[in-house]
Formats: sequence, C-alpha cells, structure tokens
Amino acid sequence: MKPAADAASSAGRRAWLLSAEPASRAQAMLGQAYRRWRRLASNPMTLCGLVVLALLVLTALIGPLLPLQDPLRQVLADRLLPPGSPGHWLGTDELGRDLLSRLVHGARLTLAIAVLVVVVVVPIGLLIGTAAGFFGGWVDRVLMRLTDIALAFPKIVLALALAAALGPGVFNAVLAISITAWPAYARLARAETLRHARADFIHAARMQGASRMRLLLRYIVPLCASSVIVRATLDMAGIILSVAGLGFLGLGAQPPNPEWGYMVASGRNVLLDAWWVSTLPGLAILIVSLAFNLLGDGLRDVFDPRHGD
Amino acid sequence: MTQGKAALRWAGRVCGWVLTLAATFTGLLAVTFFIGRKVPIDPVLAVLGDHASASAYAAVRAQMGLDQPLPVQFVLYVRDVLHGNLGTSLLTSNPVRDDILRVFPATLELATLATLIGILVGVPLGVVAATRHNRAIDHVARFVGLIGSSMPVFWLGLMGLLLFYAKLHWVAGPGRIDPAYDGMVDTRTGSLLIDAVLAGDWDVFRNAMAHILLPACILGYYSVAYLSRMTRAFMLEQLSQEYIVTARVKGVSERGVVWRHAFGNIAVPLLTIVALAYSNLLEGSVLTEIVFSWPGIGSYLTGALMNADMSAVLGSTLTIGALFILINLATDMLYRVFDPRVRA
Repeated sequence: MKPAADAASSAGRRAWLLSAEPASRAQAMLGQAYRRWRRLASNPMTLCGLVVLALLVLTALIGPLLPLQDPLRQVLADRLLPPGSPGHWLGTDELGRDLLSRLVHGARLTLAIAVLVVVVVVPIGLLIGTAAGFFGGWVDRVLMRLTDIALAFPKIVLALALAAALGPGVFNAVLAISITAWPAYARLARAETLRHARADFIHAARMQGASRMRLLLRYIVPLCASSVIVRATLDMAGIILSVAGLGFLGLGAQPPNPEWGYMVASGRNVLLDAWWVSTLPGLAILIVSLAFNLLGDGLRDVFDPRHGD
Repeated sequence: MTQGKAALRWAGRVCGWVLTLAATFTGLLAVTFFIGRKVPIDPVLAVLGDHASASAYAAVRAQMGLDQPLPVQFVLYVRDVLHGNLGTSLLTSNPVRDDILRVFPATLELATLATLIGILVGVPLGVVAATRHNRAIDHVARFVGLIGSSMPVFWLGLMGLLLFYAKLHWVAGPGRIDPAYDGMVDTRTGSLLIDAVLAGDWDVFRNAMAHILLPACILGYYSVAYLSRMTRAFMLEQLSQEYIVTARVKGVSERGVVWRHAFGNIAVPLLTIVALAYSNLLEGSVLTEIVFSWPGIGSYLTGALMNADMSAVLGSTLTIGALFILINLATDMLYRVFDPRVRA
C-alpha cells in the first residue's frame, strides 16, 4: 500500500502548492514557484537547455576531480591524434594536449568569465535604470542620455579596443565586455520601474514613512530583478560569443589556458590536417550558447507579464 | 494646426537630432581619447624609438600636445579628428585616414552583399513563417534564428572554409582575389565586383565573386537569422489585428492580406531593422575578415591591435563607431518621418 500512500501525499502536496487561497506567505511563494516551474518544464526545448547547462555547471564544478589528464601537459609524440584514439577520446591538439581535458577545463573558464560579466553588469544597469525611473526629472534625463550614448557604440569593436588598451587577460576582457553591456539593462530596469512606481502599494509604503532610498532598494529593485535576470540569461549567449571572440583574437585568457575561443584560433593552422582541433571547441561554444538561448526563451515566456501569472 | 507651428516643431526636432548626434559623437571621442591615454605605451617613444635624447623627447612631447592638461589635450584631439587627422600608423607609416580609406571599400562590399542576402532570404522567410505559424516552415525559421544567435561567426567561417573550399572546392580560398588577377582592373568605386563590371573584365569578376561568396554567405546568415526573426515577430503582431479580419471578411485575397495589408504596415519598422542589421554587419565583419584574410577594416584593426599601433586602432574604432551612430540615428529619423503615429 505504500506507493498508493505516496501518490496520495504527493497529490496532497500539489493541491497545497496550487491552492488558490494560500494560508501563508511561504505557501504563496512556493506555489508561484511551482506553477512557474511547471510552465517552464512543459516546454521540452527549455528543459533541454536547462539539462545541458546543469551538466555544464556540474562538469565545471567537479572538472578537477574527474580522471582526466592535465590540460596543460604537452606530449609532442602524441600531437594531433584523431578523436577516438586510446587514452584521448576527443584526440589531441597541436602540442599533444588532451582535448577532452582542455574542453572541460575551458568550460570553467568560459562560465567564470560569463558569470563575472553578469555579476558586474546587472547591478550597475539595475541601479542606474531604477534610479532614473524612480527619481525622474534631471536624474532621469542625465542617466538616460548617458545610456543612449553608450547604447549607440559599436560593442565588439569597442571591447576590442578596450581589451587592447588594457592589455590582454581575463580580468580586462570582463571589464571590456561589461563596459559595453550595461546600457541595455539600464533601459529595461527603467521601463520596469516606470511600470511599478505609481502602484498603490508604493504609495502605501510611502505614507507609512518609508524613505525614498528604502522604496527604491526594498520595493522597486526587487520587482525589476526578475525581468533583468531573464534578460541576463538571454544575454549569456551573446556574452559567451563575445568572450570567445576576444579569445579568438588572443585578447582573452592567455595561453596556455584552455579558453575555447583561443583553442579555435590555435587549430586554424592545422585545420586541413586535423579538423577536430578547431571544430570541437567551436561546437562547445555553440552548444553552451544555444542552451542559454533556449533557457532564456523559456524563462521569458514564464516571466513575461503578458502571459499572465 | 497652423503651418508656422508645424515648421517650428520640425525645426525643434532637427535641433534635437543634431544635439543628440553631437552628444553621442563627443561620447565616442571621449571613450577613444580615454583608451588612447590609458595605453601602457608611451606615444612619444613609439614615434621616436627607445634611444631618443631628452631634448628630442621633450620637443616631440610638446609638439604632440602631451604637456598640456588633459581637457586641453581632449580639445586638441577633437580638433584633429574633425580635421580628418587620425594620426600616423606605426605599422604602415601612412596617415591612418589614408589607410582606412584604402581598406574600407572591401569591408563595405562584404557587408553590403551580406545584407542583401539577409534581405532577400530573411524577410520572405519571416513572412512565410508568420503566415504558417507553428507549421514546418515556422520551425525552420525559428531554428535558423536560434542557431544564428548561438554560433560564433569565426568558427562558422572556418567550418565553411574547411567544407566548401578545402573539401568540395566550390569556392575560392581566403583573400579578396587571386594574386594573378590582382590589380587587373582600375579602382573606381573600390568594390572589386563593380569595378570589374565597369571594366568589362569578366574573368576578374568571376574570380572576385568566387572569393566573396563564402564570407558574404557566412556573414549573411547572421543577417538572415536576425531579419527573419524580426520580420516574423512583426508579421505575427499585424496578422492578429482586427483590420486583417476585416480585410479577409471583405474578400481580399490571402496574398493581398499578407503582402499589401500586413506587410505594408511593417515596412517602416522593418527598414530600421535592416539598417541595424547593416551596422551590425559592419562591426561583425571584424572577426569574419580575419578568418578569410579579407583586406578590410577588420583585418586592419586587428593587425594594428597585435602590433600595438594605437593610432590605427583608435582611428578604425572611431570610423566604425561613427558610421554605426550615423546609421542608427538616420534610421531613427526615417522612422519618425515615415510613421504617421510617431509623426503626429
């Protein structure tokens, strides 16, 4: 009788989660999260993206623990072994380094850079946008004019010039991409703020004596966060492509670090003899940014206010 | 409203545009100026070499205006740029402006051809996808769009070279033209294809075409992805409107409903999207040009990057940035002129 009891309790739990009259704040929040999750999971493509990203994060986390070879160890006798060679599942590169191991370690690097960019950019964009929308007047005009100017700049070229001026390296690549990426978030956050700023609960909080800073940081910013985070997920694909592009030009992580874009570039010279050296890291970039796009699309569908909630 | 008032409002709007343009350009100049000052290379030593005497160093430093305070330096820099003086390239020892004028037509040719591909394929694809919503062709269009925003362009270029050049021999390899044909036709427009046609030299035309086809298709793919996605979204929005139902009820043919009614209404926003796609390609050609050894501004810029030739880097950045800004603002203006809702 145990399975039946389990089924009953799980049905009860679902009913509790989906209750139209939640008895507590926690129940309401959990219920909403559950409904959103169900909507997200109902789209197989989104789920696909989520699984790929989960696997990626997992590999990145436990990469050093996997029984892989040292990604930097060169064995010149084993250079350019094709995929499927004994001991080298995905073959070796032009210096005889194991490609699988380099790809796994490269995942750490790519993810770290992309996450760093988002961590730098999202708070800046969120603060500028919400401040502009909330305070209005000249604050709004000055901040938005700055944003418009920054938005009109060519992103890739500017990131190239910045990375070149600051010198190549992971940190400078993050900085270069961040400087060109924040304006879109500021715009979005401002639009969201304008939507919420006149709401009754804001007026109510103000009458209770909440200061303007408190209104901004405790009420407005959290409300804008979800759409900004959805946007960031969609942007991750673009950020990863920018990181790879800088790496391809030698302006990102420096060799011998296994950065994917740089790995594609280093395989260029042997492309005709050993296709896998360039092809596999490029495939990795494609799969990861595709996964972010799929997940981002799904998240947008779930969080988009036009879809109702 | 009286005519005088309308004219006044237009004058005000034009002033607004000019101000926006000026502010945006100043911003761009400030950024390039800042980058130029931030470089860890001493610009005086870059000109003189490492073994210059102290007096020569001081003289050149004063001549370059580097002994002035920063705001003055910025004004001097803006004045130079406005006079078309972008400095001298260390690599080619030509004025950067001449170098850019020499290489830029190649980029323009590539980006223009790619945008044409994008319009000819992407727009019809988007329209058809919207009319057959959630059917096979719609899924194809969405897949094309999804891959287009997930694939690194430099990698797609390499894969294209590997397949179509090395394995199948369908197209010519990297570069703009075979050395044997180089310099066979006079440069008139800067576009090899047009110059060859003007000279009536079809061998050169065929060879140049064989070279440009692959990079243009690779770059064009991103344009197709972007344009089809936007066209599809615009069309879906229009097709769900009530005037479409009215037109259908009136007995307008399906073709008339889709192309005259719905498409007619998205023409203006589509125009701005095409312009955006074009300016994106001007920028996106940087990575493509490297893969295909295309002698355009992207190759020039990255060549300068690798050799710390900062005048050339900043000159190219400024050129691409200025074009980018101009195209964006011009489309914004067009949009306002053509769209009656914004005009009112």
